[in-house]
Amino acid sequence: MWLNPSNPQLDKKGQLHHLLTLEGLPAEILWQILDTAKTFVGTKVKKVPLLRGKSVFNVFFEPSTRTRTTFEIAAKRLSADVINLNVSVSSQSKGESLLDTVDNLSAMHADMFVVRHGASGAPHFIARHVAPDIHVINAGDGRHSHPTQGLLDMFTIRHYKKDFSSLRVAIVGDVLHSRVARSQIHAFATLGCPEIRVIGPKTLLPAHVEQLGVHVYHDMRQGLKDVDVVTMLRLQNERMQGALLPSAQEFYKYYGLTPDKLALAKPDAIVLHPGPMNRGVEIDSSVADGRQSVILPQVTFGIAIRMAVMSIMAGNK
Amino acid sequence: MKIHIKGGRLIDPRSGVDALKDVYIAAGKIVAIGPPPNGFTANRVIDAAGLVVCPGLVDLSARLREPGFEYLATLESEMEAAIAGGVTSLACPPDTDPPLDEPGLVEMLKYRAQSLNQARVYPVGALTQGLKGQRLTEMAELVDAGCVAFSQAEAPFADTLVFYHALQYAATFGFPVWLRPQDPALARHGVAHDGPVATRCGLQGIPVCAETVALSTMLILAHATGARVHFARLSSAEGVEMVRQAKRQGLPVTCDIAIHQAHLTEMDIGYFDSNCRLDPPLRSQRDRDALRAALADGTVDAACSDHTPVDDDAKQLPFAEAEPGATGLELLLPLTLKWAEESGIALPAALDRITSQAARVLNVDAGHLTAGHVADICIFDHGRHWRVAPESLKSQGKNTPYTGLEVKGRVRFTLVDGQVVFESR
Repeated sequence: MWLNPSNPQLDKKGQLHHLLTLEGLPAEILWQILDTAKTFVGTKVKKVPLLRGKSVFNVFFEPSTRTRTTFEIAAKRLSADVINLNVSVSSQSKGESLLDTVDNLSAMHADMFVVRHGASGAPHFIARHVAPDIHVINAGDGRHSHPTQGLLDMFTIRHYKKDFSSLRVAIVGDVLHSRVARSQIHAFATLGCPEIRVIGPKTLLPAHVEQLGVHVYHDMRQGLKDVDVVTMLRLQNERMQGALLPSAQEFYKYYGLTPDKLALAKPDAIVLHPGPMNRGVEIDSSVADGRQSVILPQVTFGIAIRMAVMSIMAGNK
Repeated sequence: MKIHIKGGRLIDPRSGVDALKDVYIAAGKIVAIGPPPNGFTANRVIDAAGLVVCPGLVDLSARLREPGFEYLATLESEMEAAIAGGVTSLACPPDTDPPLDEPGLVEMLKYRAQSLNQARVYPVGALTQGLKGQRLTEMAELVDAGCVAFSQAEAPFADTLVFYHALQYAATFGFPVWLRPQDPALARHGVAHDGPVATRCGLQGIPVCAETVALSTMLILAHATGARVHFARLSSAEGVEMVRQAKRQGLPVTCDIAIHQAHLTEMDIGYFDSNCRLDPPLRSQRDRDALRAALADGTVDAACSDHTPVDDDAKQLPFAEAEPGATGLELLLPLTLKWAEESGIALPAALDRITSQAARVLNVDAGHLTAGHVADICIFDHGRHWRVAPESLKSQGKNTPYTGLEVKGRVRFTLVDGQVVFESR
């Protein structure tokens, strides 16, 4: 077994080989990624040759614009060759199995796969089956994980708050279906954040979520009290009405981030959102565009984080 | 053919015999246990010194995949697996393609199985036509064709009224009905126990209440109709507790668990191991411990293999997309022995759960060693360790969460109708 069986993301030396989830990643690797990303944010140099001659395949089994684009920009700034494959409309519809697709892509001499897939665990599955010199980066799998999003959120928070060890953070909304929430929770815990809260109605919180080390609130006003960081989660259109929620209006009333609810948090609290936002559903426009919002810097930092992850992996032989 | 099984430790759970006794077989039947009958000369002497001689195992759920899924497994491959696992009688669920809902299909299956001269196959007939949950099957005709019970397999009923009528009709003739309690709506799209692992892995959960809600309906309707109901493959602590209470109140119900549920938990899913994608799902450690205890105290009447061969293509997929099930016929004995050893259960009581008790649920005359009765016998080496490897399994299904595990208890001889149908070194 080439990879470390106890942690399939690490190689035998304990270095990052795949990035599949933030769960179980040692704190020093998280700090290494955050520190490396910082060097890419400050620089005026648009292009660095760290991935020259390498091919990065963006393999998206699910549609995405933002994440795919930022990975593409990041890879290009590292001088890699980037190939975008929208698999959802090609091989899969012809009945090719995931394993065959992966074998075919490996045969095209990819160095790195950036994978998004609708099934939780698909990147783990792919990482188990690719050649040992290929790296796999999870760009979002089902409700399981979205590690680069979690990392860019940590980068953003660190940028504004400097230190995690005294932060009170809240994650609000559809935690049940959110890979972002899961990634954030693991990252916060690893980086030493003392109080992680999740806020939502019982229909949108997963079973035994408290076993992830979070405090559960159903009353948003209580949950936001004195927090330093608020992450609002996107509520998918199809979940706004039906058996999980009665309507978008009622959700907004009880779980939408409005200026009066945000006023319960610390005065210098920051507001994050992984995007794309539903204004007037989970977040009020005046908050989204307000002085406490760091939603646009999140996008900017996303490129640096993805550059950091790819360059660290390429350097780990 | 006259066979003398010599020097073995004979365990017959039904009569409570556990002693060094020889067995004498002639014309397919056991002619004597203990001293030889007058003038007996064996054609073959099986040296069973150091081995356990017990009734052939009775498995309450083994999917043979015929008809319809021959690409997954064939009767030939799975019957080989059965006898290699010491199983001489097995019940197969009706979820074949087409389902076992017509006498012709059942007769064909029985005929095919009989012509292989290996384990005895007891088909469980479909309770409704096409397992669609709408119209009843010709149950009496199906029994004439060889069905021993009726089941809806994993398929739902159209509504509770159809279910009610199905139980009433089966009760008219005294036919047993086997049910796997799971509310289809509560389990919809679910792939794993709705617990911390599913939450962490982002997998759609199947809550325990999917089992208990279905169980409560089933228990009430069993009481109302007087049907003889057997609950197949319980998975939760709450579920077995409900059956325990029902039994205490005198309801004539029985139940079984899949033996892998006595060992594995949701934690074994690890990094999305699709070999642990099972129906019902692996639940919490608390549930597993309750199932183990219920199997020990008799609340759970029998353990079955829940043998479900799945091919590689259907397992080599992300967890939620993989087909559920694990191969099991060849692991029923070692996994039962493992449970017994870990729980401090004596060997005869352990074998009881996979021989005599299972035969009682199945309502067939099997699972015991009695002079004058057919000689279906399993002879195994209790102390022999072996490592589970896909290539060590006869079943066409190589899908098992136990690959690499060292287990104890190796079948050395299997006899059906007094013939040695399997032997290994």
